[in-house]
Amino acid sequence: MSKNRAFINFLFRISGVIAALLFTALVLLIAKANPWEAFSNIFLGAVSTPIKIADSFVAWVPLILATCGLVITFTTGLWNIGIEGQISLGAIMTTWALRLLQDSGLPPVVIILAGFLAGIAGGIVWALLAGMLKFYGGVSEIFAGLGLNFIATALTLWLIFGPWKRAGVASMSGTEPFDMSIWLPTLTGYRLSIWSLILAVVSVLIVYFILKHTVVGLRLKAVGKNYKAAIQMGISPSKYMLLSFVLCGVFAGLTGAVQVLGVYHRLIPSISSGYGFLGLLVAMLVDYQIVWAVPMALLFAALNIGGIQLPIMMKIDSTLSGVMQSSLVLFFMLMDGVRKKILKKEEEQSNE
Amino acid sequence: MHIQLKNIHKYFGSVHANNDVSLTIEPGQILGLLGENGAGKSTLMKILSGLICKDSGEILINGEEQDLKSPADALRLGIGMLHQDPHDFPSMTIREDLQIWDQRSGRANHSAVDWQALMKIQEDLGFNLDLDGSVGELTVGERQQLELARLLWLGVELLILDEPTTGISASQQEILFSALKKLAGQGKTIIFVSHKLEEVKELCSRAVVLRKGCLIGEREAPFDENDLVKLMFGRQITRTRTAHAGTRDVCLSVQKLNIEDFRIAIENVNFDLYAGEVIGLAGMEGSGQRQFLQALAGMKQPSSGHILFGDEDLFGKNCYDYQKRGIFYVPSARMEEGLVPGMTLEEHYILSDCEKRVFIDSKKSHKVTEDRIQRFNIKGRAVTFSEELSGGNQQRLLLSLLQDPAKVLLLENPTRGLDIESTNWIWSILRERCQAATSIIFSSADLDELTFYADRILVFFSGRISEPLDSAGLDEERLGRMIGGKD
Repeated sequence: MSKNRAFINFLFRISGVIAALLFTALVLLIAKANPWEAFSNIFLGAVSTPIKIADSFVAWVPLILATCGLVITFTTGLWNIGIEGQISLGAIMTTWALRLLQDSGLPPVVIILAGFLAGIAGGIVWALLAGMLKFYGGVSEIFAGLGLNFIATALTLWLIFGPWKRAGVASMSGTEPFDMSIWLPTLTGYRLSIWSLILAVVSVLIVYFILKHTVVGLRLKAVGKNYKAAIQMGISPSKYMLLSFVLCGVFAGLTGAVQVLGVYHRLIPSISSGYGFLGLLVAMLVDYQIVWAVPMALLFAALNIGGIQLPIMMKIDSTLSGVMQSSLVLFFMLMDGVRKKILKKEEEQSNE
Repeated sequence: MHIQLKNIHKYFGSVHANNDVSLTIEPGQILGLLGENGAGKSTLMKILSGLICKDSGEILINGEEQDLKSPADALRLGIGMLHQDPHDFPSMTIREDLQIWDQRSGRANHSAVDWQALMKIQEDLGFNLDLDGSVGELTVGERQQLELARLLWLGVELLILDEPTTGISASQQEILFSALKKLAGQGKTIIFVSHKLEEVKELCSRAVVLRKGCLIGEREAPFDENDLVKLMFGRQITRTRTAHAGTRDVCLSVQKLNIEDFRIAIENVNFDLYAGEVIGLAGMEGSGQRQFLQALAGMKQPSSGHILFGDEDLFGKNCYDYQKRGIFYVPSARMEEGLVPGMTLEEHYILSDCEKRVFIDSKKSHKVTEDRIQRFNIKGRAVTFSEELSGGNQQRLLLSLLQDPAKVLLLENPTRGLDIESTNWIWSILRERCQAATSIIFSSADLDELTFYADRILVFFSGRISEPLDSAGLDEERLGRMIGGKD
């Protein structure tokens, strides 16, 4: 019976993926493009050369870092839409630390570490703001996050065009790039840094460990699943939800720091690159299981990188990857809803 | 409107909520529907108003069989129900609220004639609602008047009122009763669901009593109160009391406690809870027992008064402070408020472990889990999810999570929905705790359970609390009368 059910669940999942592919194909047909050609271009664009594979990992690092944070807030039953702003604040703080220390003569390692720590602090502050708005102001974390995202964007733009503008003329391309000595070292010939890869893997392990093997992780889960029962067990939901925001802020801040230290080497207007929102999709798609988020985030990262091929090869906008990613989530969740409805009906019938 | 119910059956899972109920109601009659909690009153009325579907049986309206699939169906036939919680739109004006409900023609704009009709209904019944006022600013009684006027405006011929006097003032009750009498005089059929004998006596020309899903008796006015009480609660006492373990050491002293809620106000409660004592809270559901238990657990802040625990006044402290002192509340809604769905038994035990630690000690938690499952006789395994357990086993799990030793346990309907065996077992465990000087306060709708397990009983009626009664010399009839607001 349970084996049978697992198989049915699997079938539903697969059918969600197939439906998403069909839907994307339909969109392509409407755009008068050959779906097969587009799919193969995306695939080749992500894996055809070692450089492209490495690029997929470059995109994977911030995506999985953001997802790490989001898995924690989702576990606690929180919709941390404000992740984008938290990433931006991380990036801003990292940039600030680097600007402050770049001419100090300190060893680059120290400056880079300070950059990471500042980024973490930025993420935490912005996440805590959302949490405090929720608990002390009664503002839903969704709206608080949304508002803080706008403020973070405005703050970024102001810094780029105001106090931190490039010598000469300010531009959308961001602040003055940092000296190469304080970049996260990359593998020769690639954009990928082994350090950011290690950071991502360690983060995944930490989140996995917290949620599986610590009492705090279990309490976060209890608060998310039934906060009323948590109260009876002596767990204060507001305390643990704030903690959850803080933990998420750590990973969001790291995401921003990696974007500055390892990818752009400066502050740019869209420094978060939408990885926060994409992370929301990844987390939902894997039912908030961090282990499954690892391959799923890689798939999404590969779609992002592969999509770059589309305008070059077929003159289709690269946002098609976004269509695929989002339809994947929508159909996946739709099929899951259908599955649950059918199971419920079955149960009711077997009860009678 | 002539209503005939024939052999109505309704099951919820294994519970037979309505068992072969047959009932005829003549036009112009006010019928009282009596019964204790869970007797099946609401179920029967929900079936008649289309909110839920019967499993079998027939509903004849003016001699014609009707299949009621939704409240809209029922409304079309002229059946309207006044629910315990107002079904209205607090953010709208009264005029908008009325328009929303009027789906007779799909119109959004009502003519002056429609509004005149409504005003006339209002006037006749002695209501005074401002059509352009906001629904949210009305009192519970006025919202009820709005609903009543709305139903009549929509042409309802059969009015069902479910515990309509809960939460309304005495003067509003007077207006309501005179309105109902007038309506009956105009030939409308009225069903009045209540557990308050006084009201039934004052208002109804006929009363039927449900018990455990069956219609067990029918009386014409004038009613004999004792007779009705017997019908509602009457059954043989099968268990004999055991000597209680109570001492005379005061464990918790409640003084001049006032608890306010949007629904109910409990005033000036005074009593001492002795160590090892069991106090039972009797009364119809919603008479304030839940608010009272929650106030004693710090889950709900009383508005004034003292809760003395030893030398300390716990008034104003939060529930975690109470828990630290060994005072625990166990809610009646097990899955909603007590247990965490999607978590295993073992995870529950880890969470309720009060020892401070960072990492999960799986060796210890395995042992604790196996131990508790065995001791509390839970039919489940360490990896079973809490929602997969049966009701009785969920209750056992809930009790097994409580710290040992506890000072005070506040149990809301601890044995609701459980069979005799589970009930007895749970009480044997609770009694064991009393031997270790734990005091218990529990609420229950079961008179047998109250008189059998409680040392003293507090009777709740609309937020009023009686003096503590010794359950030893208490007869159930008197208790029944008190629950119904007599004596």
